[in-house]
Amino acid sequence: MQVLVTYDVSTETPAGRRRLQKVAQACKNFGQRVQKSVFECTVDEMHFERLVRALTAIIHREEDSLRIYRLMEPVEKYVQVYGWDKKVDFERPLVV
Amino acid sequence: MKTLLNTLYVQTQGALLRLDHDTLKVEVEGRPRLQVPLHHLGSLVLFGEVCVTPALLARCAADGRTVAWLSLHGRFQARVEGPVSGNVLLRRAQHEALDDPHRPREIARHLVAGKLRNLRTVLLRGAREAEGPEAAAPLSQAARHLAELLRELPQASHLEEIRGLEGDASRRYFAAFPHLLLGEGEVFTFRGRNRRPPLDPVNALLSFLYTLLLHDCVGALEGVGLDPQVGFLHALRPGRPALGLDLMEELRPILGDRLALTLLNRRQLTEKDFDRRPGGAVLLNEAGRKKVLVAYQERKQQEITHPFLEQKLPLGLVPHLQARLLARHLRGELSAYPPYLHH
Repeated sequence: MQVLVTYDVSTETPAGRRRLQKVAQACKNFGQRVQKSVFECTVDEMHFERLVRALTAIIHREEDSLRIYRLMEPVEKYVQVYGWDKKVDFERPLVV
Repeated sequence: MKTLLNTLYVQTQGALLRLDHDTLKVEVEGRPRLQVPLHHLGSLVLFGEVCVTPALLARCAADGRTVAWLSLHGRFQARVEGPVSGNVLLRRAQHEALDDPHRPREIARHLVAGKLRNLRTVLLRGAREAEGPEAAAPLSQAARHLAELLRELPQASHLEEIRGLEGDASRRYFAAFPHLLLGEGEVFTFRGRNRRPPLDPVNALLSFLYTLLLHDCVGALEGVGLDPQVGFLHALRPGRPALGLDLMEELRPILGDRLALTLLNRRQLTEKDFDRRPGGAVLLNEAGRKKVLVAYQERKQQEITHPFLEQKLPLGLVPHLQARLLARHLRGELSAYPPYLHH
């Protein structure tokens, strides 16, 4: 399934800035950055559980906000993109 | 149910692959080129001068993700696997089957039957699409001959006889193969199969595709815990993935030949995609390799209905399913190995 992870992590304190880094890294482990605080991830049920667990373990429940959306598939049909787009489809042929 | 994991092909010379948390990062000249979460990747295939950090290699080995190095032209060089895994009882059953006086012959018979059927399917499709009855005639004729060989197959009482029928079928098929190439002016000529080195673009393309397919077949066998070196149709030889070659036979026509024909007949590959070397060798160049790799991966995504399992699945999973069916046969759960017959 395809999920969209968005977050707003408070960066007023050094601890908050560290959380921001950690949240970004956890998202990178499962998908890719499509905007500054927005990640798209293709995951199975097991990876989805892991992703949620990893993220909820990092965020501060009072100061930060995390939203995870399941995307309607096929994504190409339901998501429109304008402006710059560096997204790589990891399911398509990967040839470097 | 296993999902079709992606293969990452890296052919940019000097690329460095490193582990970054749970992702694989490709850097070229110090700049990041691609970052992929590891869970998308089932194997890495690296061409020529591509470096992998020890940390990434260790992680791939631990997760059972195979890493293979090929030369720039697709010749197999090395492959890294993690600790021996899978089912020791299954591997024992495999070795016992090899020592049995009858079973190698029966497995070989089914493998060859699958190959002949699929070669025939390629020829018949070519005959249907041929420009006029004159162009179709040599293809239908070769297909008829293959049908005769298929009828002889059940009577073959020795493994050698089965190998002989297979060799005969291949010769007939490749003799008719030039008629599958469409278009006038003989853009690409084919006068029989040659390799090491291939002497024309068609042979270069076939060799390259067969190398990719062999990699996938060996990976599929390892995935179910079979020993890829212990084959039945192909004789054992040190370092030779005999069972990988066995499994590949029935899939060559579909994932190799048919794809090659599409690429050539649709002019997706042209003379510019090949390099001619002094001495006569012809090899795919970087642009050509990239086109073939993309086409191969896309072909594997195509949905088919597996005739034995009556299940819809991407073509790329067929080697994995066939490996599992072979394992079931070796364990005694299936009385015979059912080859994959393409429609």
